[in-house]
Parts: sequence; C-alpha cells; structure tokens
Amino acid sequence: MNQPIKFYQTGTFTVGNRLLAPEQRTVQASAERSNSINSGHRACQGCGEALGARYAVDAAMRATNNQLIAANATGCLEVFSTPYPETSWQLPWIHSLFGNAAAVGTGIAAAMKVKGRKEVRVIAQGGDGGTTDIGFGCLSGMFERNDDVLYICYDNEAYMNTGVQRSSATPHAARTATTMAVGPEPGASFGQGKNLPLIAMAHEIPYVATATVADLHDLEAKVEKAMSLHGARYLHVLVPCPLGWGAASHDTIRLARLAHETGLFPVFEAERGEVTAVSKIRHRVPVEDYLKPQKRFAHLFAGAGDAATIARLQAEADRNIRRFGLVEERETA
Amino acid sequence: MLMQIEGSQAVARAVALCRPEVICAYPISPQTHIVEGLGELVKDGTLAPCEFINVESEFAAMSVAIGASAAGARSYTATASQGLLFMAEAVYNASGLGLPIVMTVANRAIGAPINIWNDHSDSMSQRDCGWLQLFAESNQEALDLHIQAFKLAEELSMPVMVCMDGFILTHAYERVDMPTQADVDAFLPPYEPRQVLDPAEPVSIGAMVGPEAFMEVRYLAHAKQTMALERIPQIAAEFAQRFGRTSGGLVRAYRCEDAETIVVSLGSVVGTLEETIDDLRAQGVKIGVLAIRSFRPFPLAAVRAALEGAKRVVVLEKSFCVGLGGVVSTDVRVALSGLQLHGYTVVAGLGGRAITKSSLARTLAEAVADRLPPLTFMDLDWGMVNRQLEREKSIRRSGPVAENLLRDVGSVASKVA
Repeated sequence: MNQPIKFYQTGTFTVGNRLLAPEQRTVQASAERSNSINSGHRACQGCGEALGARYAVDAAMRATNNQLIAANATGCLEVFSTPYPETSWQLPWIHSLFGNAAAVGTGIAAAMKVKGRKEVRVIAQGGDGGTTDIGFGCLSGMFERNDDVLYICYDNEAYMNTGVQRSSATPHAARTATTMAVGPEPGASFGQGKNLPLIAMAHEIPYVATATVADLHDLEAKVEKAMSLHGARYLHVLVPCPLGWGAASHDTIRLARLAHETGLFPVFEAERGEVTAVSKIRHRVPVEDYLKPQKRFAHLFAGAGDAATIARLQAEADRNIRRFGLVEERETA
Repeated sequence: MLMQIEGSQAVARAVALCRPEVICAYPISPQTHIVEGLGELVKDGTLAPCEFINVESEFAAMSVAIGASAAGARSYTATASQGLLFMAEAVYNASGLGLPIVMTVANRAIGAPINIWNDHSDSMSQRDCGWLQLFAESNQEALDLHIQAFKLAEELSMPVMVCMDGFILTHAYERVDMPTQADVDAFLPPYEPRQVLDPAEPVSIGAMVGPEAFMEVRYLAHAKQTMALERIPQIAAEFAQRFGRTSGGLVRAYRCEDAETIVVSLGSVVGTLEETIDDLRAQGVKIGVLAIRSFRPFPLAAVRAALEGAKRVVVLEKSFCVGLGGVVSTDVRVALSGLQLHGYTVVAGLGGRAITKSSLARTLAEAVADRLPPLTFMDLDWGMVNRQLEREKSIRRSGPVAENLLRDVGSVASKVA
C-alpha cells in the first residue's frame, strides 16, 4: 500500500476494514479458509485461544499449501478441541503430554526430513503454562538445535484449564487461584515471572514475534512470515481468557487491543535475536483502562484503590514503550 | 561376522543394521557408548538416511521419539537409571499411544544414594508402563534381541525395551557374531505404521478418553502383550532359522529336567548361575536355572510349566520392592498359584555388588536344605546395618544415612584389602 490508511474512528478497526485493499481485509467466513479448527469445539464463549489458534493455524495451512502437521501440548486448546469421537482438527494433529509439544514437533520434523518430505511443515502449540513453565526445557532445546518447527504459544497468562492458577506468564498483581488477592501485596508478586519472547530471542533463532487477537491480520502475516523461514521459530500470541481474567466474553478483542495500547504487551518481530519491527501504539491509554474491566485486577480498584500498585504496572508499561519504541515520535503537536 | 567388541558397540551396530530413521541421544552411564556408536555411524554416513538428535533430557529423548514414530519413522533411543525415571511420563505415553519405539535400557541402580552400577531397579520401576521388556543374558543376545525387538514392536505397534546389564554387558568385550545387512533386511521389513501423521490423510492422535472407553483402551494394551506371548517364541524361531543361533524367546531352562530346585533369574547373572549349578550338579544336587527372557509380557504359563515339577523355587533378582521383598518373585508366585512349592526370594547385586559363585553356592545350598529365610539379602553386611540402626536409636540428629555407612566402611581400598 502506497497510501497510508486513515482511520476515521479510533478504538475499532471495523470501519477501517472496508477502506483496506481486498487482500488485507479481515474475512471470517471465506470458502478459501482451511477451517483447520472446525466449529463445534467446546471452548468458552469469547475464548481468545480458540480465535488465535484458528487464525494462526489457518494462516499456516495457507502458507504451506495444507502440508502441515501440528503437535499440541495438554491444556485448554487440546481439551476443548478433541472431545472424541469429535475432533476439530482438520489437519494431522497429535497430543502427547503437557511438557513436550516442542520435542514432539522436533520428532515430526526429523521424520519428515529423513523421509525427504520437504514440503511438509510442522507447528507445535501450547498455552503459557505448557510453554513458559513445564514445556520450557523441551522448547529451549528445540530452539538451540534450530529444529524446523514453528512453536506458537497462546498466552492467556495462567493455567486456565486447571482452574486459573499462576504461571510464569501471569502479570504482576493479577489474582489467580494461587496468587490470591489477599495480604499486603495481593495478586501475583512483582519481581517474578519471565518474558519468553525475549528468552526465545536470546537463542538467536531465525524468527520471534508477538501478536494479539486484536490484530488478526498482523497475526496472520507473522505466521506467514514464520512459515517462509526454516529453523526454530517462535510466535507468542496474547489471547484473553474471559473466565480466567474475569472479563466479559465480548471484551476479548478489546482487552487484547488495550494490552497492546497500554504498552503492557509489546507487539514486535525479531530475527536472529534483534528486533526488526514493532507495532506502534496508535492511541496510548493508561493501564487503568486495561485493568479495570478485569476482575483479576478488581482488588486494585476496591475501596480507595491501590494507586501505588497501579503506578508500578504503569511503570512496566512505560518501560516497554521506551524499550521497544512503541510510541511514534510525532513531528507536529 | 565374528567380532571381539564392546557390548555397547555391538548393540550400536545391531541397531544400525535395523535402519532406524530417528535416534535421540542423551548421555547417561552406562548407556552412553551405545548412542555414541550410533552417532558416529550417522555422522560418517554409514547409517543413512537417519536423523541423530542430541536432545536436552531423557524426557525430550522419548518425546522426540514419540513425534518421529507417530510421523512414521523407525525410532530408537537408549537410557538407564535416573534417565528412565526422568522420561517416565513419556514412556507411559509412548505405549499408551501404541508407538513401536525400541529403547535399550542399560540397567543401573536408582538413587539416592546415587550409584552408577548395575541392578534392575530402573526397568523394574517401569514394569507396568505397557512396554514389552526383554532381558539379555549376553552381548550376543543383546545384539540379537534388538533386531527381534524392532520386528516385534512394529508388528504389534507397541514399544519394546531391551534390557541389558549396565557395565557387566555394556562395557564388556565379548565375541559376537554380527549379522549381515542383507540378512537383517530380509528378517526385518520396512516400518509400516498403523497410524501416521500425514497431511494426505489427517488424523487426530492423543484425544482425551473418559470412562466410556479408557478401560477398553488399557485392556487392548494388555491384549497386545498377550499376542506378544505367541509372537516372541515365533520370532525367536524365525531368527534362529535365518541367523543360525538361538536368542530370545520367553524363557530358557538350563538343566531343569529332573531338578528339585529351580533358580529363576534374568539378565547376565544367569551365566554365573549356570556355572554354579554345574558345580552343584557335580555334587549330586538336582538343581537347574530358568532364565526369564521376556519379563513383559510375563510368561505365566511357560514359567509354571517349567517349575511345576520342582520342589522349590529360588528367585534371584537384582531388584527390590521396598516394603515387600522381590519384584520378579511376586510375578513368579502368580505363575505358581495353587502349586505347593517352597518359594525363596534372594535379592542380590544391588548397586553393582558382585554376585559371586561362592556366595551363590552357599545361598543355594541353604535353599536346597530348606534353611533359607523366605527373603534373603545376599551378602548384606548386617554389621553396617545394625550400627546405623543403633545410631538412629541413640541420636536424634543421626545424620545422612549413606554418608554414615560410608564412614563405617572406610575407604574402598581398605575394604578390598
């Protein structure tokens, strides 16, 4: 596109969609879609993971001419998609264990290589628990060997399938079943947790990217980019969970967008350990706008409110904005 | 071709002859020489096409093998001891999914206290995991069992462990007869998977199964092992026909014909037992040995048939079910249900303690005289045990157990002297 797109309303892309060139428009029900995750699965209403996986896997199918095999970690995505004899998966799919999806992906890729089936590509996928915690060893091994697998983490920031327990991707101050909203520092402790996209980058693998379900075109473009490369690739997708976050199911997209626009979840791409692109924040918003609609942060707004903790979270957002250059320097005021 | 080589190298070459397509390697003694041998064969192009993957843990080794096997590749790995425990979740998963992976277990003790030497605690800890478990008596048999294992695994679509005694076999240089590639190719057809991840025919593998079908799926794993009871002797016979030597099978009886006392055991100690039995036979003792080659499936009928004419059974095992006694003994008792035989369990050789002919002869003589306690720990140093028990009785903070015992023993050199 030579001409920059202008959005006449902020806070929504719906109006912008019809201004886009046809190939850039979001199309939910195209007959061209592989629909690799069929409807009828048991995901909750408003599930960000189901949405993210649907777009990511369909994009990967498109990029590989449907020559794709998926390995899946135990978790919501696995459970809600395969209430056998029904399965949502319209591609070859295997679930082995909670902590080994990356290694199973490595094995499949090795089998395809040894059999000379170069056209068949492999993705492995899991939630944040299966990725950042229990599956981290296998994931790091897959990264450092540069195995030809795209690993997609659908990050809903806690162990949702087991009843919303803290993972190492749970944000600070968030209430979960194991980071209770009680005591002097309610919610998940500050100073803990890990940033897996940055850790992935430290492996200097060909491609690392983050995305959210608020910008599905961006997610699709990143999957396509990832599938155009070989070796270990990592995509970290923020997928709000209405149940675990205590949010309205119609707010999934809005919260994902706010996570980006506050700076709390930086959206970027990196190649061989270096950031190559960032999604700029179009309309910067304070963290309260993101935190308030979520019951997992309700303790920050109870009574007189916890201004100090909110300020700490704002400082984290500000740091991300500085660190990744998320806000465009404007020439004119 | 006859060769004088290390057991691990013999196994590495035998596995290579089976044309594995994906090998996952993670070091742990005493298994490591096997995957090193295979790695060299892959790297120098002798074994091709094959992907040799240096994984970051045994859990990953089995997980990569699961992915590769499900994608239709003949897959192999090897481990021992802590490594087998670390991969345990994936070990169960491989059999639950019905993936015909072959794995060598170079049998080694499990810590704590950490100990690298041989016993059977590791593979016995996985006896209920659904894998078939074959035990080798010699390096030749270890070599041969791997070739049979791939055939058995792929026919049944179930994984097979080949168990060989760590160090005693893996590190021993013995003469072996290495088959030719042509003979192995004729014996072992290419892997034809029952289920495969293929974009041309998409399937979902690994769905959640609830109470409506879980028992049936588990029973079918048992049914596969029951089928294996028939196939193991047949495959051993086919092997004997092509390669001209007997290896494998369910059990092997040695001088059991008129035996009043039969010693049941498995693994390399069977050789020592046979020599001991020869000596006892020379003294007129009617005694024989029954070697169990297939521990899973456990050949109940074959064991019963071999033992029912005897007066007493001694199970000599390198494993120990803490709080009960013998592991193998328990299974042998099931085979003997209803038979009024004297039964003895002898736990021996834990953590690599040498099992000597003289100790065996003494212990078996006690058994023949029916003076052996039902559960015996051969060559256990009661002095050491009692000193520690006394220490614990008199001092609350008696300290770490193993370290106390080692101080009592003194340096190993002084013990040997």
